[in-house]
Amino acid sequence: MTENNYILNCTNICKSYKMGATRLEVLKGVDLNVAKGEFIAVKGASGSGKSTLLHILGTLDTPDKGNVFYYGKDLNSFNGSKINEFRNKKIGFVFQFYHLLDELTVLQNVLLSPMVKSGTLGWLMKSNQAKKAAVKLLDDLGMSARIEHRPFQLSGGERQRVAIARALINEPDIILADEPTGNLDSETGNDILKVFEKLNAAGQTIIMVTHDDRIAQRASKIIKLVDGRIN
Amino acid sequence: MYHVILPFKLFKSNKLTIVAVLAVAVSVFTVIVVMTVMNGLTVDFIDKNHGFYSDCIVSTNSLVGFADYNDFLIMLRSQDYVQSATPVINAYGLVQSSNSGKSQALNLMGIDPANHFKTTNLAESLYYRKDNPQLALVPSYNSELPGCVIGIDLIEYRDEWGNYKQWAFLPRRSYEITCFPLSPRGTIVKTGTSIAANTKTYYQSDNSNTGLAKVDGTTVYLAFDEIQTLSGMNIEPKRTSAIFVKFKKGIGFDRGVERTTALWNFFVKNKGDSASLNLFKNVNVQDFKSYKRETIAPMEKERAMMLLLFLMVGVITIFIIFVIFYMIIGRKNKDIGILKSIGASGLGIMLVFLRYAVLIGIVGAIIGTAAALIFLDNMNDLEGWLYAKFGFQMWNREIYAIGEIPNKPGVALPVEVAVSAIIACLLGAAIPTIRAARQNCVDILRVNQI
Repeated sequence: MTENNYILNCTNICKSYKMGATRLEVLKGVDLNVAKGEFIAVKGASGSGKSTLLHILGTLDTPDKGNVFYYGKDLNSFNGSKINEFRNKKIGFVFQFYHLLDELTVLQNVLLSPMVKSGTLGWLMKSNQAKKAAVKLLDDLGMSARIEHRPFQLSGGERQRVAIARALINEPDIILADEPTGNLDSETGNDILKVFEKLNAAGQTIIMVTHDDRIAQRASKIIKLVDGRIN
Repeated sequence: MYHVILPFKLFKSNKLTIVAVLAVAVSVFTVIVVMTVMNGLTVDFIDKNHGFYSDCIVSTNSLVGFADYNDFLIMLRSQDYVQSATPVINAYGLVQSSNSGKSQALNLMGIDPANHFKTTNLAESLYYRKDNPQLALVPSYNSELPGCVIGIDLIEYRDEWGNYKQWAFLPRRSYEITCFPLSPRGTIVKTGTSIAANTKTYYQSDNSNTGLAKVDGTTVYLAFDEIQTLSGMNIEPKRTSAIFVKFKKGIGFDRGVERTTALWNFFVKNKGDSASLNLFKNVNVQDFKSYKRETIAPMEKERAMMLLLFLMVGVITIFIIFVIFYMIIGRKNKDIGILKSIGASGLGIMLVFLRYAVLIGIVGAIIGTAAALIFLDNMNDLEGWLYAKFGFQMWNREIYAIGEIPNKPGVALPVEVAVSAIIACLLGAAIPTIRAARQNCVDILRVNQI
């Protein structure tokens, strides 16, 4: 398989942070290939650089060294607006703490991504279609009764489902999930993992970061990150 | 589209919005109310001076006056830019009221009713002869007697509401007026070794309420010829103190004054070696603002100072908005991170917060303007109520020549203040917004994850 066939692949990713007077090297040359339709769990202890790797793969952060390729295209060569567009259309993030906007309803939170994608006029033309898609997605995730609720009125599991719906609404190529069950009880966490499994079964590429072995086992491929390197 | 919807959501849900809106509203309210009153007082004062002194004044500060004024008046009246012109004598005299026996040193103003009322607004200040100002100096109770118009503050007191008691019929009051005549050389005319004094009794034919306290409290108006005789200005060459000139509509002060000055210079030049040439030396041609600069300038300076102070209010508003936005954006860090994680650009984030700032500005400006307009509309009633209930008056009407507190802001002032408030909001929000747009979403999301 050539690098152009991988949906994402990264080579020699290095990242360090300044911590006071010292510099902490978090990633020390990570190479990773992600094929379309894979469900990868990135496992590692706290502070091993899992989230940093996920952020770099999702273009939220940039590596000090190394490159990330999307179907062979170097993401370092993308300018600001192209990166934003890439993040909006190709990537869907799911965070441990859901990160929903408290001012918006469930439906509006899900529609935020298509809103970012469209201009004002474009949105006015597409809003009905986007609303229908969002309602269907929320229905698929068992949230149809909650679309007019605000995040603070939902349970943790429900909030995470909304976050998943927001990540999926633009039909991204890759879902990047950062400890998506980390803040949920085991039963609810299991429900969320079932959602991921179902999505993966439908062909969705997922990269999930976790420190929990049992959760990592649910993925089709496990990558261990130890001391900033893939073990 | 999110940057259109989110500002409204932020506006509705954020409690700090109320503080920001109130800050803007209070600033707008204060500026509109104070500027309306201040502008009203200044404009009213300037208008009254304009009405009293006409557009342009050809005058000398010498008590001797200047000669050949009739020749110049003929020249002036033939000019295409001049509406009317009238000679005026300013003199001082001792005035003794036959009623009270009180003697006062007062300003005597000699006017030519036929031309004066065409050139100035003095007719509007009359009470009994308002409709027939040509007869202002003719007592209605005896047209044979020499009349005088008395400044209202010399004969009546203002009541607590700023009104004067006016008699239904003109009361018969006489005044003995004494002047010390000056020769054309500026010396007091003597008879032998004694100082000559011209004394004559005049009968009140009307009173004048110009609204200019300094004028109404010190001025007695007499016929031009009468005062010319009393002050000695009838001694050849006959003289006047000033000529008031009214320009035709559309003639600006600067242009009118410039043309009058040129005409005066031409007039003086053509007088050649006239004996009265030395009396022309102190003659100035000025517009009414320059002529009365000692009273108008302080008010205009005060207004300028007020504007400066309100610029400071604007700066304070900007600072308040800056602080509030700093707090709001600090609280909304997580939201900024979320938006960036779904592909929102820095510019989009900026637009969210700038539109939020504009929304705060618009709502604050509307509330502040509406409150100011309602307050101004009821301000005089409110002052009346406060006076009736607690004895409080903004200005003691028995002392200050102010009727109602000016309360008409017009359209321009509220619009200007409201637009300035919105701009102030934008300026105040600019730096926190730029900071928000530049924030690294990884840092934000990581902090919010901890």
